[in-house]
Amino acid sequence: MKWVTCAAIVGLMSVGHSANADDKLTVYSYRQAFLVEPILTRFTEETGIGVNLVFAKDGIAERLAREGRLSPADLVLTSDFSRLVELVDKDLTSPVKNTQLESNIPAQYRDPDGQWYALTMRVRNLYTAKDRLGPQQITYEELADPKYKGKICTRSGKHPYNIALVASMIAHHGEAEAKTWLTGVKSNLARKPQGNDRAQVKAVKEGLCDIAIGNSYYYGNMMQDPEQKSWAEAVTINFPNQADRGAHVNVSGMVLTRHAPNKANAIKLMEFLSADVAQKAYADVNMEYPVKADVAPSTLVASWGEFKSDQLPIFKLAEYHQAAVKLLDEVQFDL
Amino acid sequence: MTNTLKLMQVHSDYQGQQVLKGLSLALEQGEILALLGPSGCGKTTLLRAVAGLQAISQGEIQINGRVVSGDSQFVPSEQRGIGMIFQDYALFPHLTVAENILFGVDKLSAGERQVRLDEMLTLVKLEGLAQRYPHELSGGQQQRVSIARALAYEPQLLLLDEPFSNIDAQVRYEMMAEIRSILKQRNVSAVFVTHSKDEAFVFADTLAIFNQGIIVQHGSAEALYAAPNSRYVADFLGSGNYLPAAVLDGHRVATPIGHLTSLTPLGLPSEFSGTVFLRPQQLTLSADEQGVGTITERRFLGAFCHYWVKIEAASHAYYVEVRSQMMQLTIGQKVGVTTEPHSLVLFES
Amino acid sequence: MILGLARSWSLAGYAVATLLVLPLVALILQALQPDEAVFGHLMATVLPTYIINSLLLIFWVSLGALLLALPCAWLMARCEFVGRRYLQWALLLPLAMPGYIVAYVYTDLLDYAGPVQRSLRSIFGWNSPQDYFFPDIRTLGGAACMLSLVLFPYIYLLARTAFMEQSLSLAHASRIMGCSPWQSFWRLSLPMARPALAVGVALVAMETAADFATVNYFAVPTLTTAVYDTWLGYGNLTAAAKLSAIILLVVFCLIGLERFARRKQQLFQKQSRIQASDLYRLSTAQTTVALSFCVALLLLAFLLPFGILISYAIGYFEQSWDGRFWQLSLNSLSLALITSLICCLIALLLMFVRRISPRPSDVLPSRLASTGYALPGTVLAIGVLVPLTMLDFAINDLADLLGLNGPGLILTGSVVALIFAFCVRFVAIAIGSVESSYKRISPSLDMVSLTMGQSPRQLLQRVHLPLLGKGLFAGALLVFIESMKELPAALLLRPIGFENLATYVFQFVSDEKLEHGALAAIVIVLVGLVPLIYLNRSLEHHS
Repeated sequence: MKWVTCAAIVGLMSVGHSANADDKLTVYSYRQAFLVEPILTRFTEETGIGVNLVFAKDGIAERLAREGRLSPADLVLTSDFSRLVELVDKDLTSPVKNTQLESNIPAQYRDPDGQWYALTMRVRNLYTAKDRLGPQQITYEELADPKYKGKICTRSGKHPYNIALVASMIAHHGEAEAKTWLTGVKSNLARKPQGNDRAQVKAVKEGLCDIAIGNSYYYGNMMQDPEQKSWAEAVTINFPNQADRGAHVNVSGMVLTRHAPNKANAIKLMEFLSADVAQKAYADVNMEYPVKADVAPSTLVASWGEFKSDQLPIFKLAEYHQAAVKLLDEVQFDL
Repeated sequence: MTNTLKLMQVHSDYQGQQVLKGLSLALEQGEILALLGPSGCGKTTLLRAVAGLQAISQGEIQINGRVVSGDSQFVPSEQRGIGMIFQDYALFPHLTVAENILFGVDKLSAGERQVRLDEMLTLVKLEGLAQRYPHELSGGQQQRVSIARALAYEPQLLLLDEPFSNIDAQVRYEMMAEIRSILKQRNVSAVFVTHSKDEAFVFADTLAIFNQGIIVQHGSAEALYAAPNSRYVADFLGSGNYLPAAVLDGHRVATPIGHLTSLTPLGLPSEFSGTVFLRPQQLTLSADEQGVGTITERRFLGAFCHYWVKIEAASHAYYVEVRSQMMQLTIGQKVGVTTEPHSLVLFES
Repeated sequence: MILGLARSWSLAGYAVATLLVLPLVALILQALQPDEAVFGHLMATVLPTYIINSLLLIFWVSLGALLLALPCAWLMARCEFVGRRYLQWALLLPLAMPGYIVAYVYTDLLDYAGPVQRSLRSIFGWNSPQDYFFPDIRTLGGAACMLSLVLFPYIYLLARTAFMEQSLSLAHASRIMGCSPWQSFWRLSLPMARPALAVGVALVAMETAADFATVNYFAVPTLTTAVYDTWLGYGNLTAAAKLSAIILLVVFCLIGLERFARRKQQLFQKQSRIQASDLYRLSTAQTTVALSFCVALLLLAFLLPFGILISYAIGYFEQSWDGRFWQLSLNSLSLALITSLICCLIALLLMFVRRISPRPSDVLPSRLASTGYALPGTVLAIGVLVPLTMLDFAINDLADLLGLNGPGLILTGSVVALIFAFCVRFVAIAIGSVESSYKRISPSLDMVSLTMGQSPRQLLQRVHLPLLGKGLFAGALLVFIESMKELPAALLLRPIGFENLATYVFQFVSDEKLEHGALAAIVIVLVGLVPLIYLNRSLEHHS
């Protein structure tokens, strides 16, 4: 029995050792590795600071909360706004006051207290079938119009992108009206919410539905994928609500964790991510809109034209996040 | 001289039931004792208690004068120096005959082990089978391996738990005689558990009749057969007839078949009235028109006949079983019944 | 049994069992915490649907699996026809298929853009989904079909054995008394096989209750997906624990049913087996029907999905055949290997204590340790994380107190949590296997070795270990396979950034591009086939 105990102790020590071995930064990312990795490699080349990138689809906030002061994470990258807010709400962030960050990122794209900083913007577009509907002056409100019965495809309502959209509807119209709207959208769905944003565009191409809800950058990404190009070509990208308040915008962003073991270097990385090189990379690699004012979107993205975005301050979305989740449950959107 | 095994007032519970209820027994060096009793009477429990595989709740067990189970004393099985032989032989299926035999002597040097092995194989007449596996042997061979294994360990005491019940009746007695001679040759004391009186007679020096957690009678086979101390012992060792008997004097009793005389003094008060126990072969028949008995059934068994005889007494009819070499008696025939001269056994009614 | 057995054996048994039952206790304690009304909100909105979905799914899968398994079992046990010898083990193959992979393949085939609907459209000239009706596979019914297809072999296996063990003279007696073969089946064979069927159905139902990946892929919200969402989406552990408690309730009911059925099963077991000459010879027409049923089932449940997987793998070979593939396989393999090793050690310890201890209460450790099998992976993950996180903090606090550098998250931040969870979930398999091997070792062997001066450790080493070898190996093999396949626990407990084959394949499934992960999926299926071959060989040996 003794050797078993010894082996266990040695095993544990080596595991613990490897977990703590280096002074590298650790980044927990909701954004996929292939997107972030090239930028981080540049950062390491320029500064000599190594970065461990770990990707997870779900549960980073829960994990950080549980790991508490023992967490190895310095920085969290999120792919949408609600997750930034979730981290702040759970008290998992450290405020950062930094002139470079503040000059790179316009005020509406960062927390007044420096708890979070946005990095890129994306529009929640409505894609329409090129051959059946063509370009449309469409609004989010119209998605509930019975004329689109059986014609709309979307991913799960509980996905952060959709939650943020519902939150913006609550912010503009109030909870009661938003509920009526959401019920209307649900009854217009061609199929039960499923798959990701690309899958909805694919469904339009296949003729399963005529309108797909999806983020802007997917359109650009699909254009560049040999397999998916035909999907994207079957649809038109529309910026909704151009006649009134403008299209719903979401942001990806970053936070410094509350217990970051390596704060100084982490802030260096934050600065790097908000600066020209990284911003340009986000724009070119993932077809997003950079937050830094003087960095232009990619030519492809620019070719979709100028658009008016919803001026609702982003942090307002946070206020209605929980309400939006509950609303989605109440109308049983996904069921 | 100390006893090899001594049990004093041993009590034991098994699964909440009292199985041994104050059992006492002693075994001399080299003695082979048969524990005889019906199934489920606690024989195996007793063996397990001796081996240290079963706790006792009261009393004391000594092996060669050393207390192994007793008040606040307990010697674990592996330190008792006991060999045990099981009904299923319990050979290790993954070991060869040689490995099985040498299982308990792993502390000896390789040379000594080889000597011991050869000695044992010769003893049990299994030379040449050392490298076989148990499943390649016949039942009798397996049994002999298990005996060799137990003896190789040089136990002070050998316990045998119904070891012969799985062996074909044809070779069983031959085998028992063989093993008995091995034990005698090595002067090993043994306790042998069985429910068969025939096996006990063949194998053991002394018998202990076991009933409901106590030893009812303990002694040589002859003594127990001839002078059982209870109807239980009498019946256990063979069938017999019971007839009412009234003591007339020091040697004689009055019974429905007439006055019977004992070879030895009865040692009972003269007003004693009970039953006399008569084995079938202790009765003799004679063709007699005036006889007290009538043949009611006859069964021919080769060397002798079994007769059932009805005996009419004043108020009651008795049936007795008689084993006789007179073959010519027929059913319905009147017969006289007398006894061979022997020491009479009388019980209280 | 060993009197005066050193307490340390028994204590070690209790210690291990306590450790293994910790997740269950932690989960129950966590479920008893107040939870800021999240659970109340769920209760008022979606929870009833989740519960109904879970129960409906269990019902339909059990029924479906029963209907698929019964005819096969009867045909294989009582009839003789061409191909029976091969079919009787081939019908076990679907067990190696994870449900979510079958689900993915069928979705690909049957959804609107799939080949089936495409060709229907081109044949009949339909243009849009409004023109015709086609059942949607991504529904509760679809999930029930998929799970029935992969789970029916559990019932098939048990039912076949039950039918084979039924005494033929009973069947003859009933025929003499005027029963037609059908009546004889309904009035005699089926009722006698009922306990075995109940055990099989309970197993199928438990697997269904634990399924996460299939229902997640089909977007059918059930209690297991709700646990995941509530935990990671709402970030509310307590509400998730409360949901888990509901699942546990369902599972324990099923276990109760299983135990009850097993108890009765003994009444019906017969030693005599059916001889080859006793089998019904089927006529050509009957053979055609029997063959087409079994072959179609095999095709749908295994051959077709596996074939499609292979074609994916060939088509996307470059994308899947890279350094990552080897790394993932290595991760899966070493995880499974370590788990099966530890499970065997634990099983050996617990069953040894149970075997030799004179105290009847010492059955308790092995019983306790076996409860982990009842915890679905999602539920188990919560139960494992709660106590291990506390332990992590305790270790670091202790290090601080001693002025040492804290080791960080050595339990929850590493594969330790994962291995621990796997052990909790699968040790019951190893225990069961060792237990049945122990039953075949005569207790006299223990007594012989003890009376010949062997210590308990020597008894274990010299007698039990060599004799248990086969049982231990079988147990280790089963644990190994299960650890390779286990998805939800791996998904939730892996150290951040760690992937194994199962999580990797599932990620591709949920990203709708299994084609890229097909190679990994094939490895999972192939590894799953190993125990089936082994199982079949031991069955063949039997008959």
